[in-house]
Amino acid sequence: MTWSSTFVAALKENDVRLVAYVPDNVLTPLIEGITADNYFISIGATREDEAIGVVAGAWMGGMKGVVLMQTSGFALIANALASLVVPSQIPAIMVVSERGTMGEFNIGQTYVARTMRPVLDALAISHHTLTDEATMPFIVDRSIKQAITTQAPVAFILSPLLTGGNPASQTKLAKN
Amino acid sequence: MSTNSKVLNRADLTKRLVGKLKHDEAVVAGIGNANFDLFAAGHRPQNFYMLGSMGLACPIALGVAIAQPERGVIALEGDGSILMALGCLATIATVAPRNLTIVIWDNGIYQITGKQAAATKGVTDIVAVARGAGIANSAWVRDENHFEQLMDRRFETGGPMLLAAKIDDEPGVGKTIRDPALIRNRFMKGLGTGRGGPLDA
Repeated sequence: MTWSSTFVAALKENDVRLVAYVPDNVLTPLIEGITADNYFISIGATREDEAIGVVAGAWMGGMKGVVLMQTSGFALIANALASLVVPSQIPAIMVVSERGTMGEFNIGQTYVARTMRPVLDALAISHHTLTDEATMPFIVDRSIKQAITTQAPVAFILSPLLTGGNPASQTKLAKN
Repeated sequence: MSTNSKVLNRADLTKRLVGKLKHDEAVVAGIGNANFDLFAAGHRPQNFYMLGSMGLACPIALGVAIAQPERGVIALEGDGSILMALGCLATIATVAPRNLTIVIWDNGIYQITGKQAAATKGVTDIVAVARGAGIANSAWVRDENHFEQLMDRRFETGGPMLLAAKIDDEPGVGKTIRDPALIRNRFMKGLGTGRGGPLDA
């Protein structure tokens, strides 16, 4: 199994049917797997906070959902988390493909990435950095179940160790 | 910008809207005056009052509409709030849920923060923006009767509808209870998705 098919299986196992996403290179196999599967309702959002709002509304309507985004997208959603998801006790499931580390070529991405874990920690949101396919199914399945049961959001950070990172990075990194 | 619309009152129109709800429709009201006036129109179990996350009333309503396609869902949002989140109109047009209605209260100002001018006071036409985003069934409300007529016909075209009303600069007339977890819990109970069980008796 690839990491993306493992993730799709974990979403299905936990009845997470709504997927709201803003496209990202690293997430492409996951997005393609979901949009090709009639089990899922997939929504291409224009912004990540919009995607959080859709998933929050769907949860209240009885449908579990997940938001897929890149690190820079996570940097847009602090207000949606702090003033909607956390105080309302909504189990928004988030998947963040991690840029800005282990071979980043864009300096802006390196700074954006450094805001992610401090924001998650400041709001006491559970987050797990996924680094290998062996431990990933256990972490994802148990953590989705914990989020739903305890009505708390959870973030899964997809490390380049798991995904291989941005495929463009190798050619763009300086050879010096 | 000329809309040929009478200047209306949000609290009055909200009462008229609530008076038309006979099928436990969900109403998601944006931060500030939109939810204050919804609360003042009389609490219903299917009301969701936003206390933060400015701009997300329409995305939240879209989520409810997707999860419960048989229930009518209405988003009430201010012009300042929707200006912050214009992209969601494109998303809603693309998803095209037939059970979703959006009402924009357009006073051309950020009333609650000191009546600063918004782009809607000058050049920006929210109905034109919505049509351009792909919500074909978008209209300015001419007067109170027109509002009620448009609400009655909101499912006729088979897609989402957006109404925008030019309103006065009156503040909201109520004050919502400031407890997000309680509001969320009661909303879910009203939608039949809460898990209170015997605790709700």
